[in-house]
Amino acid sequence: MLTIEGLEVVYEDVILVLKGVSLTVPDGEIVTLLGANGAGKTPVLRAITGLLDVHRGAIRKGSINLDGKPIHHLDAPGTVAAGIGQVMEGRRIFVDFTIDENLRIGAHTADRGTIEANLDRIYTLFPILAQRRKQVAGYLSGGEQQMLAIGRALMAEPKLLLLDEPSLGLAPLIVQQIRDLIVEINEQGTSVLLVEQNANMALSISQHGYILETGKVVMDKPAAVLRDDEDVREFYLGLREEGAASFRDVKHYKRRKRWLS
Amino acid sequence: MEALIESIMRGLGQGSVYAMLGLGFVIVYKGTEVVNFAQPALMILGAFLVSWFTFDAGVPFFAALPLAMLAAALLGAAIERIALRPMVGQPVFSAAMVTVGVFFALLTVATRLIGTDIRRTGDPWGLDVLLIGDVRLFQVDIAKLVIGVLAFLVVGAYFKYSRSGLAIRATASDQETALAQGVKVGRMFGLSWALAGALGALAGAFIGAGGVGFEPISALVALKALPAIILGGLDSIKGALIGGLVIGVIESLSRTYQPGIAPWLGANFDQVVPYLVMLIVLMIRPYGLFGTPEIERV
Ligand SMILES: Nc1ncnc2c1ncn2[C@@H]1O[C@H](COP(=O)(O)OP(=O)(O)OP(=O)(O)O)[C@@H](O)[C@H]1O
Ligand SMILES: [Mg+2]
Repeated sequence: MLTIEGLEVVYEDVILVLKGVSLTVPDGEIVTLLGANGAGKTPVLRAITGLLDVHRGAIRKGSINLDGKPIHHLDAPGTVAAGIGQVMEGRRIFVDFTIDENLRIGAHTADRGTIEANLDRIYTLFPILAQRRKQVAGYLSGGEQQMLAIGRALMAEPKLLLLDEPSLGLAPLIVQQIRDLIVEINEQGTSVLLVEQNANMALSISQHGYILETGKVVMDKPAAVLRDDEDVREFYLGLREEGAASFRDVKHYKRRKRWLS
Repeated sequence: MEALIESIMRGLGQGSVYAMLGLGFVIVYKGTEVVNFAQPALMILGAFLVSWFTFDAGVPFFAALPLAMLAAALLGAAIERIALRPMVGQPVFSAAMVTVGVFFALLTVATRLIGTDIRRTGDPWGLDVLLIGDVRLFQVDIAKLVIGVLAFLVVGAYFKYSRSGLAIRATASDQETALAQGVKVGRMFGLSWALAGALGALAGAFIGAGGVGFEPISALVALKALPAIILGGLDSIKGALIGGLVIGVIESLSRTYQPGIAPWLGANFDQVVPYLVMLIVLMIRPYGLFGTPEIERV
């Protein structure tokens, strides 16, 4: 079980992006974290996985515990060893590696004896990847890259899998596939913290949901309740067509800006 | 005809040494984005280590070679930990300047250790030749080529099949994502430098081989690895091998033929040729034969 209490995160020593976030992922469950662009979803994940310092960020207050053991002082390799796997925003596969190599690097901290069995498991889960093991991963489609990123995270047999907007930029049909895969992975025994803007997809498979706004949790309810909530429907389920479209524009603009900087 | 073949073989031999050194440069550049100007000093210290193991410790050459490589690898890792790790996050230009500092520091040490005499590495080839018909090939050149190619095969397999080799490549490609896979990125930097040190010592073992011996100033030979990797591409392992061999052969051919064909170019023109090639490559194909063109992120 993952427990976050009163988490405060600052970037560059002064920019407070998380203002006391508390959140729990019980064993065996799928928990969703929703929020608009810039709400602070990614900083939550970076805090859990020890990647804040890469972005000149730091935990200012609060605690993160995995099965009762504090993990907020661990560096990124330490959190992987503790049993946390993650699929970063934007997939971040190694484009110049083959598919096989991408999966093998995911098993960097795993027992050597487990690698072949896990490769088999992932190639069964993603038959598309199996056919193209020796191909360079950069040529995969967006959906296939997302599957590869998920497979890579599974190679270390994490207890808890963190997914940062896995549906981003994918066609509806592919989003369905990813959704089904998350369910399947969860059924095989991995807890999931799912960060999404696609509330429809996320809430349909999770037990619990949190809504984050400018660094604070503003709603913390069972997923079924959130699905029926008026505000949530309006803001996150894309029922206001123009609103949904403009969100996406903002996102693309931000992406480009980040590349340039 | 014999002269041509002999000249090419000498070039391939010398080129293999450039290639080994170039490989050390390329590994550090790929792994840490730093151009490692300390590589020539690692080579000359490696040469000293081989020499020390054979003559002072009385170890046979083929045992002295791996011992020297191991010692130079440890030295490389130590340099990374002490001098370069604090530079992580600083501009790579500053880190490159640090390696220049390390170069002078190590060269001073090497000069002290080597002394004023020319030292030998105790290699078994000396000036022995292999006669094929009328063609006389120096055995040492054949040894350089064979061991050089072997070194590339071993390093290539290491990066392809081993866990840490894969992790070095992952670090080179995207540090944050490598961290997210549990790769200890700092350790991979150290490992890259260790490999560079070992390859420096391997090259060093051959710098004085074939009856020529070496002295501190022989470190400058290693600078010709720069034209080699610029020709091959700074970030290409295959490029380091081919670049090294091509530069070696061009240099050797111009030594053999330029005095007869174009004497007006002056004496020792062959010493300049590698750098001329480098300038031409920089003008028409700055990323080299096998390098990655700088990707414009727009
Ligand atoms: N490296 C950084 N330095 C300073 N501020 C940052 C940095 N990264 C993000 N922020 C700020 O932190 C806040 C959270 O942004 P972030 O994009 O991580 O949130 P998010 O919820 O993941 O959004 P998105 O859906 O766009 O990924 C924003 O106010 C953003 O400007
Ligand atoms: Mg984000």
